[in-house]
Amino acid sequence: MEAIIAAENLTRRFGTFTAVDDVTLQIQKGDIFGFLGPNGSGKTTLIRMLCGLLEPSSGRATVLGFDTARESEQVKRHIGYMSQKFSLYTDLTVLENLRFYAGVYGLPREQRTQRIDQVIDVVGIGDYRRRLAGQLSGGWKQRLALACALVHQPQLMFLDEPTAGIDPVARRDLWNLLFDLAGQGVTFFVTTHYMDEAERCSHVGYIYFSKLMVHGSPHELKQLPEVTPPDTVRLQVKCQNLVGAMQTLVALNDVRDVTIFGDSLHVLAETGADARLSDALHRAGYGPTEVAPISPTLEDVFVTLTRMHAGGNHV
Amino acid sequence: MFRGLESIIYKEIIHVLRDRTALLLMLLIPGIQLTIFGYAIDLDVKNVPTVVWNLDGRAESRTLLDAFRNTGTFDFVGTAHSEEDLLGRIVRGDAQVGIKIPPDYTDNLLLGRHTAIQVLIDGSNSTVAMQALNVSNALALRRSIDIINQTIETTQPPVEARPRILFNPDMRTANFMVPGLVGIIMQMITMFLTAFAVVRERENGALEQLMVTPVSRFGLMLGKLIPYAVIGVFETVTVLLLMRFVFGVPIAGNLVLLAFFSIIFLFTALGLGLLISTFAENQVQAVQMAIPIVLPSVLLSGFVFPQESMPYPIYLIAQVIPATYFIHILRGIILRGATFIDLWPSGLILAVMGLAVFIVSTLRFHKTVS
Repeated sequence: MEAIIAAENLTRRFGTFTAVDDVTLQIQKGDIFGFLGPNGSGKTTLIRMLCGLLEPSSGRATVLGFDTARESEQVKRHIGYMSQKFSLYTDLTVLENLRFYAGVYGLPREQRTQRIDQVIDVVGIGDYRRRLAGQLSGGWKQRLALACALVHQPQLMFLDEPTAGIDPVARRDLWNLLFDLAGQGVTFFVTTHYMDEAERCSHVGYIYFSKLMVHGSPHELKQLPEVTPPDTVRLQVKCQNLVGAMQTLVALNDVRDVTIFGDSLHVLAETGADARLSDALHRAGYGPTEVAPISPTLEDVFVTLTRMHAGGNHV
Repeated sequence: MFRGLESIIYKEIIHVLRDRTALLLMLLIPGIQLTIFGYAIDLDVKNVPTVVWNLDGRAESRTLLDAFRNTGTFDFVGTAHSEEDLLGRIVRGDAQVGIKIPPDYTDNLLLGRHTAIQVLIDGSNSTVAMQALNVSNALALRRSIDIINQTIETTQPPVEARPRILFNPDMRTANFMVPGLVGIIMQMITMFLTAFAVVRERENGALEQLMVTPVSRFGLMLGKLIPYAVIGVFETVTVLLLMRFVFGVPIAGNLVLLAFFSIIFLFTALGLGLLISTFAENQVQAVQMAIPIVLPSVLLSGFVFPQESMPYPIYLIAQVIPATYFIHILRGIILRGATFIDLWPSGLILAVMGLAVFIVSTLRFHKTVS
């Protein structure tokens, strides 16, 4: 099966700065691809190239079989795009915004009303039809933006940080909506900063300093040998005074990495170091302790890979 | 080619109608500007403050001063009592003209001898000075002829020019300036309408969203232009009505012809706004970029200074300014009753300019970011 998105050595430079460096990536139909990375690492630049908004400096990409540089108009006709900033017309009502996009996407006049009603149902914004877009709350604004991007029934949607700045309930609702749509065969390319969102994606990619560090399903990434090298183990440690305990553990020879994680510490240590960890913590007065092996979270994966890349000596 | 045109127009109309304040301003500002500037720009020189130092004081001198006053050009604001006083008042700006009549003025006239009065004119405002000079000379000449006529028995001076001024017989400044002002104001206001319409959308990010749709560049640009052309038509009608009924400038020519050429001009001016919008990232930049167009439009279009007396390179610059042609057309139709046959070359140049500007703006507009 041909990939919906296929990027080969995609690179974009702005002057001497390389914003996206040699990215090769394939995304299959029906995937929810979560794209993560710190601010300024190249997420938006990559999305813009894939949407045909920005020409690559080198390399190429096809989206839905169209070359993004040479056939950008074809790409634009078949994708939906939600930019980072809410960019619909605040002085138009919900319905007017939808009518506008239905027209711009060239929906036949006789189908417009019906299709608009459909997307209104899908995102559930029916109660606000006549409200000015500027008067909607953050979550509803994003739903409207999603509805506008869906109006022409795209097979592929690019969402650039769709949940930035909206409350947790609206965030969860929006994701449930994405799953519903994915179930109907829409492929999603979503950037996010939230690890819990990344965990829900079928595939994730992590970009750091313009380079795509890894991509794959969350499960695959957690199994990566770089993340948990042979003869090491990931442990969850519960004890008193997490900050003090972290300093104690970092000083130990067989501990490679410690991160505070809620009410516990996540430790990457050499196999069989469990007992020495507990001893050290008891001696430092942070007991009683509870040490249990865990599998890495996506955050562990990205933190480890980032440190590795940055030349850190923790691994 | 025009994909999305109708949707863009739909959306722009909603923008315009929903912002009532902006709409009201758009419709009122040209009229307000025309009214203010129309009254301010008046080259008719009247009531020039004049100070008099009459050392004679007898009947002949008073007759002469009455003659000065009766021209309407001079307004006597005071009497001086010394040479320094006379000059001082002009230096201070209390008066722009000083008239000194010598003590032997009446004596000399009665004895049939030559006599001279002194007229000091402040040359710092050349228009006023020129008028004061001409009127003074004409008065002295008139007075001389009258006196000569009394001594040698003729009734008519031997040579007389009989000028006849066509089209604006009273030489009212308003008739000349207000149509020009209409052209200038329309050029400035309409240009900003489209420039802001596009740049505002770039600023708030909506343009990026639009670039990822199949909307065509021509559809987008024309969709931005048409609604504002309608507003431009309203504005033009407003300022022409004000010109006709507030400033009393009669329209000698055909109204349909005036409308026809005005629409061509609006297209060109709105196109210029679109061109600016392809360079400007935000509204401040748009204003900065408009200034190099606005100033030459005011100063070089023939609105104030006659283009015929400009040095050749500057004359050439003046020929690429749309307002030049529109003012030519406005004055032609309004003052001289010119017809299509007289004005089509200007109209054609405007149309070609407009088309060129529109096409260049559209091609410069890319559906990509950089």
